[in-house]
Amino acid sequence: MKPLLEVKKLRVEFPTRHGTLLALDDISFTIAPGEILGVVGESGAGKSLTGAAIIGLLEPPGRIAAGQVLLDGRRIDELDADAMRKIRGKQIGAVFQDPLTSLNPLYTVGRQLVETIQTHLPLNAAQARERAIELLRQTGIPAPEARIDQYPHQFSGGMRQRVVIALALAAEPRLIVADEPTTALDVSIQAQIIALLRHLAREKGAAVMLVTHDMGVIAETCDRVAVMYAGRIAELGPVHEVIHAPAHPYSRGLMGSIPAMDEDRERLLQIDGAMPRLNAIPRGCAFNPRCPQVFERCRVERPELMPAGRTQAACWLHAGAGEVPR
Amino acid sequence: MLAFILRRLAQAVIVMLTVAFVAFMLFQFVGDPVTNMLGQDATQEQRDALRRDLGLDKPFLVQFGAFVANAARGEFGMSLRQSQKVSTLILERLPATLELSVIAAILALAVGIPGGVYAALRRERRSAKLLMGLSLLGVSLPTFLIGIFLILFFAVLLNWLPSFGRGETVALGGWTTGLLTVDGWKHLILPAITLSVYQLALIMRLVRAEMLEVLRTDFIKFARARGLGNRAIYYGHALKNTLVPVMTITGLQLGGLIAFAIITETVFQWPGMGFLFIQAVQFADIPVMAAYLCLISLIFVVINLVVDLLYFAVDPRLRAERSGH
Amino acid sequence: MSSPASTDTAAVEPGALARFFAGDVWYSFRRSPVAIVSFVLVLLCVIAAVFAPWLAPHDPFDLATLDLSDARLPPSWLAEGNPQYLLGTDDQGRDILSALMYGARISLFVALAAVLLSVVVGVALGLLSGFVGGRIDGFIMRVCDVMLSFPAILVALLIDGAGRAVFPNAHETLAFAVLILAIALTGWVKYARTVRGSTMVERQKEYVQAARVIGVGSGRIMRRHVLPNVLGPVLVLATIDVAQAVIIEATLSFLGVGVPPTSPSLGTLIRIGNDFLFSGEWWITVWPGIMLMVIALSVNLLGDWLRDALNPRLQ
Repeated sequence: MKPLLEVKKLRVEFPTRHGTLLALDDISFTIAPGEILGVVGESGAGKSLTGAAIIGLLEPPGRIAAGQVLLDGRRIDELDADAMRKIRGKQIGAVFQDPLTSLNPLYTVGRQLVETIQTHLPLNAAQARERAIELLRQTGIPAPEARIDQYPHQFSGGMRQRVVIALALAAEPRLIVADEPTTALDVSIQAQIIALLRHLAREKGAAVMLVTHDMGVIAETCDRVAVMYAGRIAELGPVHEVIHAPAHPYSRGLMGSIPAMDEDRERLLQIDGAMPRLNAIPRGCAFNPRCPQVFERCRVERPELMPAGRTQAACWLHAGAGEVPR
Repeated sequence: MLAFILRRLAQAVIVMLTVAFVAFMLFQFVGDPVTNMLGQDATQEQRDALRRDLGLDKPFLVQFGAFVANAARGEFGMSLRQSQKVSTLILERLPATLELSVIAAILALAVGIPGGVYAALRRERRSAKLLMGLSLLGVSLPTFLIGIFLILFFAVLLNWLPSFGRGETVALGGWTTGLLTVDGWKHLILPAITLSVYQLALIMRLVRAEMLEVLRTDFIKFARARGLGNRAIYYGHALKNTLVPVMTITGLQLGGLIAFAIITETVFQWPGMGFLFIQAVQFADIPVMAAYLCLISLIFVVINLVVDLLYFAVDPRLRAERSGH
Repeated sequence: MSSPASTDTAAVEPGALARFFAGDVWYSFRRSPVAIVSFVLVLLCVIAAVFAPWLAPHDPFDLATLDLSDARLPPSWLAEGNPQYLLGTDDQGRDILSALMYGARISLFVALAAVLLSVVVGVALGLLSGFVGGRIDGFIMRVCDVMLSFPAILVALLIDGAGRAVFPNAHETLAFAVLILAIALTGWVKYARTVRGSTMVERQKEYVQAARVIGVGSGRIMRRHVLPNVLGPVLVLATIDVAQAVIIEATLSFLGVGVPPTSPSLGTLIRIGNDFLFSGEWWITVWPGIMLMVIALSVNLLGDWLRDALNPRLQ
């Protein structure tokens, strides 16, 4: 199936007075329509930046230095501001982490919805309002006709995030970039929001890029997952495979550090050391100083994503290995 | 909502009482209260009678109470310098000061707010940087200097505008206004500009800073992510969120205009309360000083209250907190 | 950006200076033409003011040297000017340039003294308020609130006026003291507030609570841990405050209720010159005016730059 989103060798730089920092280094992946791709990694690995780069909202001085972003076969990374603006909202919807600060506290929820709807769709005020109410209903907000005229602070955290999702979906985008959509919410609410996202994606056939540091969310929701480390993708593959048979030592460390209920362990597995800072990325494979299976080549040559069992991993352990994964 | 108003009113009363206390102290301990009330030329019998009348032998609180009662009626006795009642003097001068202050306030807002918005939205442009430079000049220059330079330029060199006084005024009931005559306006221009410059610059800087702050928030980022156009983002979301906090600060500042008028009135010899006050300070005319203090405080307190209520009306978060949701 | 909570003062000194020059503040200074220019201007004014008695071409207060036939001369480059009096003379024959330098001296002296007093009072009250809390804190904050609602000039005028009434025949020192007090009392609130905020934050921190448990005195805690952290913001506030103090003093002197007439500051000079505007002798008022403007503007610019340089968020 032809992918909806293609990211090819994306490179994002931050020129600073200490030199240019490479925040994303040759990121490549695809997302098919209706598919949910999880992007997981530690803080600072570059997950949010990838999302921002795709939407075209990189904070200056950050900029896309190389690579391509293609939406439905068309390049969107080189569009001018106006063309990009038309794509945002209509083709790509975004959901951010904190629902309280994502909404303008001085405008009613309805006003913000109607405004978004009328920006992208040729509806008059009454029709837009109808659609807004319907969106609220679809995202599971009770009594939408009444709540549409309320202010954001009158909603609870979970409800607010539903409003945010409604706003993101207002113009029926085909790609949704969700950056830590549940991190600021209670655990009990998280499940509901995730289920909502998955349900809406499937129903409307939208592709979803779900950025998070929570493996549990990934396991529950995603079809495939990309594990990021120090601005690069370490492993990419079907969720089930990456979780149960991780091919990259970093992913193995990540999966191993999650306590399982049916296991009997005294200590959690821990990866020694810390992810390198952007101005101190080691030569060769970025993970090599911490890798338990490191050898000479790792320290010299940087590995690209290569087939490794049923996933792809950027690791020399799998040079010349197995089947071609999906 | 009601609880809030009552609480603010209670605070206002406390502030007024504090100010009255300070004014009372001025009366009692700075100079002789009897002289304050009767003027320099009273006879000894008049003084003794007044001493008894005033109850200067009575306990402190009683005297204070009497003072407050009098003050509330606007009764401050006689001016030490000019043998007129203080209240008469002040009421005579009030219209001049109020007109000047209001016009200056309107000027400050009408130029300051759009200027600040422009400087925020087009901050890379030279004109925006120039505007910010000028605003820094505006806050750095003392008001009297601005007045002097304006007089030098427009009155002395170019001889376009008059440099002192109020010009022709029209009496409307108890009020004298200079707004109904061309001459009145000509006299008003330079002082109004002088008075407004500081506030204008302050407002412009404030609006710019606040707007830049707002443009960095998450909800603006989200609005952009939804594909909203620049006009909707800047003049819809950003502007509204900027003006709400700016409004409160500005309201309080504008109250200060009345006090700043002291300087402007002196430079232009504008016959207002400020000019009166300066003369009072120069001659240690305590009753006038005390009266001015109380009146100014009253004006400030009222403006504070109005601004608080305004905030309430504009920010939905405050409203809901009271009514519950 | 935080100052080190110094444990070893001896070792800090040379390191601190070296660190300053390698640090962000110096870097930012070097790159900002505005900061450099305003700093140079301020320095020039300060030098002219401090060393006035040695640098000024004439002594405008020595009545013996005044010559009425030299009165009202325009600046030297104009027709009737005299190269001896570069910027012209006033109605008493005083050299404007010299008067400027002495005037700046007085203005800066008053302003700096007032700000110093302001900082001391404000920081002390802020520390007290933040550390002790409770009703003292509440009371001090109330006072702050009330004081903030009045414009500085009004407060200064009131205190000055009251001072005049209490000491009607005050001699010079007393008059100066009252003036400095008046200006200082207009500005202490912002220091108190800032320091109070920082103090309250630090007070909650664990190391402070631990120190208290061990029995370290509050004074020591405040001095070593809270003070270094507030020095930055206080410095920025104080810089801008100096400009404000200069302006208030000039305004008071212009209005006739500032420095005693025997020690004219720039404001006094402007007031004197104002009377001669209409007769065409503009220089008597304009030069002091420009000097005042330069001082206020440069200090303000410096303060503005300092605030941006010390603001971590803008990096």
